[in-house]
Amino acid sequence: MYRYDAIDRQLINERVDQFRDQVRRWQAGELTDDEFRPLRLQNGLYIQRHAPMFRIAVPYGMMNAAQLRQLAQVARKYDRGYGHFTTRHNLQLNWPKVTDVPDILAELAEVDMHAIQTSGNCLRNITTDQFAGVAADEIIDPRPLAEILRQWTTFHPEFAFLPRKFKIAISGTEEDRAVTWFHDIGLHLKVVDGVVGFTVIVGGGLGRTPIRGQVVRDFLPWQHILGYCEAILRVYNRFGRRDNAYKARIKILVQALGVEEFSKLVEAEWAHLQDGPATITQAEYDRVAAHFTAPAYTPDAAVDAGFTAKMAAEKAFARWVDRNTHAHKVPGYAAVTLSLKQHGIAPGDITSDQMDSVADLADRYSFGELRISHEQNIILADVRQSDLYEVWQQAKAAGLATPNIGLLTGIICCPGGDFCDLANAKSIPIANAIQQRFDNLDYLFDIGEIDLNISGCMNACGHHHVGHIGVLGVDKNNDEFYQVTLGGRQGNDAKLGKVIGPSFSAGEMPDVVEKIIQVYLENRHPDERFLDTLDRIGIDPFKNRVYEGRAHGKAKTAAKEAA
Amino acid sequence: MSQLIKQATVAVDTWKILETGPDETAETIALPAGDVIFPLAVWRARKNEIISCHKRIGLLLQPDERVEDVADDLDYFVVIAVNFPKFVDGRGYTTASLLRQRYHYQGELRAVGDILHDQLYYLKRVGFDAWALKAGKNPDYAVSAGFTTFSDAYQASTDQPEPYFRRRA
Repeated sequence: MYRYDAIDRQLINERVDQFRDQVRRWQAGELTDDEFRPLRLQNGLYIQRHAPMFRIAVPYGMMNAAQLRQLAQVARKYDRGYGHFTTRHNLQLNWPKVTDVPDILAELAEVDMHAIQTSGNCLRNITTDQFAGVAADEIIDPRPLAEILRQWTTFHPEFAFLPRKFKIAISGTEEDRAVTWFHDIGLHLKVVDGVVGFTVIVGGGLGRTPIRGQVVRDFLPWQHILGYCEAILRVYNRFGRRDNAYKARIKILVQALGVEEFSKLVEAEWAHLQDGPATITQAEYDRVAAHFTAPAYTPDAAVDAGFTAKMAAEKAFARWVDRNTHAHKVPGYAAVTLSLKQHGIAPGDITSDQMDSVADLADRYSFGELRISHEQNIILADVRQSDLYEVWQQAKAAGLATPNIGLLTGIICCPGGDFCDLANAKSIPIANAIQQRFDNLDYLFDIGEIDLNISGCMNACGHHHVGHIGVLGVDKNNDEFYQVTLGGRQGNDAKLGKVIGPSFSAGEMPDVVEKIIQVYLENRHPDERFLDTLDRIGIDPFKNRVYEGRAHGKAKTAAKEAA
Repeated sequence: MSQLIKQATVAVDTWKILETGPDETAETIALPAGDVIFPLAVWRARKNEIISCHKRIGLLLQPDERVEDVADDLDYFVVIAVNFPKFVDGRGYTTASLLRQRYHYQGELRAVGDILHDQLYYLKRVGFDAWALKAGKNPDYAVSAGFTTFSDAYQASTDQPEPYFRRRA
């Protein structure tokens, strides 16, 4: 992975000094709360329900063992010994003191970490595919360009005060695993006539107004990506709405202008910037790419009879291999997903002790590196097949081997009303109640692949719109209710789920999910996944079952009046 | 009163921004003598008049006013002031970038309005060379610490037209 050099280190150290001085002036009354707010947000610091929430950047999800150990240490020393991985690769601490944050930043800087632009109306952390560099279906490794983009976004003077936050995702595989259709800018790497470049997608987003992004440039050679992003950002910075925070994302501007008109403005701007100094040089690409070379794989790794024997002998191991390992481009290796979706624990949560265990596993079995996925799990990207059994046993001991990746209980979930100020409703207890209902592994495996995503409010941090089953917390007369959507999906055919009808109380949610699953099990053809059956039979059979016997519409009004 | 910072020191401000009162329009407002920064609407309505009676002319741009619309007039201005009604409104950064990088405006570029210590470094990078620091803020601390937050930068901007990667040894 990328290793900081003198300039990278110098800049994050100067950031620590800057923030320390800002906190000092805020405490001395020289900075008002309003003046301090954007400054602390650009260092990932929110004031939340119980305490500040502090978001540490994990650029494009890559981390090394030493960094994870430092996070474990920081969480122990300044928080309650755990953290929460988000859908944008970052780590959140829920209970630090504002006045401790300069010290936390200084300790993070020791291992080349920071909280730069993890929040606020600015260029945010760049996200990508958790299997970058090892995926069997990879066209181009997105990480060197993600790092070049990271540097470009860091302290960009022109775009520090945008109308609203701005998120860029980049994908280099056949199958999009970075939700690129739902980002402010989504970048697809591809090769056309031997030239490497991007399809540039703009104006996607989830949140309160979920919109699929649109293509503004079908093909842009890679050298131009910084200048082209600069052109997009300039148009957005000038013309994006600033009168209403809910209408301020770039997706609203693209919708208002239409993608043709928006593209014209971008191209006009780009005409001035094209071939300017922002054009990436081959030397710079090579310098950065040299940090992402393949590790020293064992040439004869593919030969391992013991692995197959163990798979046959132990069903639990075979299950874990089935769900929690991913095809690797090098024979004899696999990418392992350590599940942060243990039943009964808040999805994405990890204790400091678990972080240390993961760091040890990474050192022992995966060249000392790891990644965070947008599904809020941890990936060991380069594990030898012959080591999988040991990794499984050690992960199991640490509570990190729940074999539910891609299954119903591998839920994506935001912190929700337990922690977050924005939330309308709690999300973690819903996730836990559903996990409890589907705790039987045979049943879970029989149900098969299904994405269940939960957000505690329409800001959609839990990506509910793209869950096969999506759950959204809503506020109804100060009570917490949950709206259910079906048919959303990520990937190349990404689309938004459809709302099935009136919302449910928290207590009803496990039954609702169970009914949906029953309809699927009753109707599925052999080899059909949940989504396949849903696409074939449509949403109505699910709706009818879920609302069976429930008064609604006129009947409900009549029942109310009768009461 | 805001406090003018220029050439790394607290400076005396000889310029006055012309404010259009509620009963005045760009067409009717009296044009005062001296160093005056004129709102864009006044400049457009009274350009010839202003040129005939002012040797030194200043222009005020609001966040939603387009640089393109005055691009042909830039040689007339000794000062262009870009207003930041709120410091979180970042449109003025692009205004400045365009003035300097695209239209090669060489005169004084002044940030006015809600100008605070913690934005000075970015404002300098995009091409401002004068700052009307908000009243009540410490101009000496701004001069000594506000412009040197970071020792270098990754990306190109007005003050450093080459990105860091082109300057690597």
